[in-house]
Amino acid sequence: MAQITYTDTTGDARTVTATVGDSVMETAVRNGVPGIVAECGGSLSCATCHVFVDDADFAGLPPMEDMEDEMLYGAAVDRGPTSRLSCQIKVVEEMDLHVTTPETQV
Amino acid sequence: MSGLLIIGSSQAGVQLAVSLRALGHEGPITLLGEENHRPYQRPALSKEFLQDVITKESLIFRTQEYWDEHRIRVVKNERVVRIDKHADGSGVAHAISGAQFPFDRLALTVGARARRLPLPGADLPGVLYLRNADDALELKARVPAVQDVVVIGGGFIGIEAAASLRKLGKTVTLVEAGPRLVGRAVGDETAEFLRAHHAAAGIEVLLGAEVGRIIPRAERGDRVGGVEVDGRTIPADLVLVGVGVVPNTELAESIGLACDNGIVVDRYAVASDGVTLAVGDVANQPNPVPGAPDGDRVRFESVNNAVEQAKVAAYSITGRQEEYAGIPWFWSNQGDLKLQIAGLSSGHDRTVVRRDDARGRFSVLYYRCGRIIAADCVNNPLDFMAVKSALAQGASIPPDEAADPATPLKSITRNDPR
Ligand SMILES: Cc1cc2nc3c(=O)[nH]c(=O)nc-3n(C[C@H](O)[C@H](O)[C@H](O)COP(=O)(O)OP(=O)(O)OC[C@H]3O[C@@H](n4cnc5c(N)ncnc54)[C@H](O)[C@@H]3O)c2cc1C
Ligand code: FES
Repeated sequence: MAQITYTDTTGDARTVTATVGDSVMETAVRNGVPGIVAECGGSLSCATCHVFVDDADFAGLPPMEDMEDEMLYGAAVDRGPTSRLSCQIKVVEEMDLHVTTPETQV
Repeated sequence: MSGLLIIGSSQAGVQLAVSLRALGHEGPITLLGEENHRPYQRPALSKEFLQDVITKESLIFRTQEYWDEHRIRVVKNERVVRIDKHADGSGVAHAISGAQFPFDRLALTVGARARRLPLPGADLPGVLYLRNADDALELKARVPAVQDVVVIGGGFIGIEAAASLRKLGKTVTLVEAGPRLVGRAVGDETAEFLRAHHAAAGIEVLLGAEVGRIIPRAERGDRVGGVEVDGRTIPADLVLVGVGVVPNTELAESIGLACDNGIVVDRYAVASDGVTLAVGDVANQPNPVPGAPDGDRVRFESVNNAVEQAKVAAYSITGRQEEYAGIPWFWSNQGDLKLQIAGLSSGHDRTVVRRDDARGRFSVLYYRCGRIIAADCVNNPLDFMAVKSALAQGASIPPDEAADPATPLKSITRNDPR
């Protein structure tokens, strides 16, 4: 089973069971986790699905592509060292990922 | 209490329902649509979905649990054909099935439909449109068996579908009546860049081309065989028509709402009866861009607009007048190109082109009276993001400095006081 824990800036956390193959963004949006807007629906065009990945989990993710890296420079809240666009993170078997959503996405 | 009835359960309708609950609105909400699908997102239909990169499941907006938990009643496969509405905005909507949906207040998020091609042969099997999931499923079902495709219409959807079909190995001809691609949505430089790219990718792009008729196949007269363009015949086993959309205003007209290229609404997404809301592709609204000429009106066809205007409408319903926030933006993925547009370029008096062929990047910045108003960016998210945030903050990007593509726009953006 894969699960993702989304924590907002106030510390409220929500853990959602995720389907392998979905993105971390899709998992949040379809379940109504606030804090991820994802206007472009995962097309890597909007940077409104920005998350800060927990330090401990970050290195375990596949590295990001240039396009994602560049888009992150335009995120509404300044990127940090573990920032990712959650539409580009695919859920894999046994994933137990922890991310924090930024204060705003737009 | 019968609550709010939202007719049209797509981008605008979904966002309206979701935003209302996020604002703490407690009243009943019914989100009704005619399509026999769970509410889904359209943009990928001409891109990732057509290319088989993603599945239908990932187009779905929300899980059923989400709708249940938020007490949003989602009704599919019901087409509203008549509305009885009282002066206070309440009434009953009648579906073609005979079902009735009473409401205290009505929101029309009925979008737009593909404009039909008024040409001989346009009703032959194999002549398709691409507006909804059924269209996309039909197209996908036919794709494996066809080789020669003619796409009629060089707007975003036509180009995207042409690029996707080319990626799938089809022989693609893109036929556009106008002198360039994408009409007025991008400037000349961008249109030419797109044309050259798609031509290089193997799409035959015909501009200023007049389609005479669609020709049946010789041995099987019940199917499409070709398209007559400027007097010659281009073979086609499949014709995809993308010649724009028509806003679905019929219901609104039938209840006396003012319509003019869409349902006419005010800044708060309220129609001419002062109570019914209209949002998204169907709505004709005052131009929300800061600095737009007085009295200028626009009807957008974009996800960004559906989302932002739905938020405005949600505020209206909860009794608050909030103006449209943010800068209009749009994206279009065309094969290997990612086009992102920030702002509206209409009325520009100067363009600055930033081109870096080595890295495949291309941007055009649009200025009016020395101020940046928009940008088209191809494979250039840094430029897009820089312009989008400059516009949102009312900051300036000096055109002369911007002309060097090696200069990051962010480094020359100035926050000058307004
Ligand atoms: C193939 C394609 C690709 C696109 N790509 C992009 C893109 O890359 N970027 C972007 O920003 N935008 C894109 N768009 C545009 C974007 O999808 C639309 O702007 C958006 O869907 C508008 O949302 P809407 O809810 O206003 O209208 P619509 O999406 O048109 O939805 C209206 C809904 O109302 C229903 N309806 C209408 N009449 C009735 C009735 N009488 N009874 C019941 N239901 C009714 C319709 O069936 C439909 O489901 C694309 C559109 C298409 C078709
Ligand atoms: S959802 Fe738009 S970039 Fe991730």
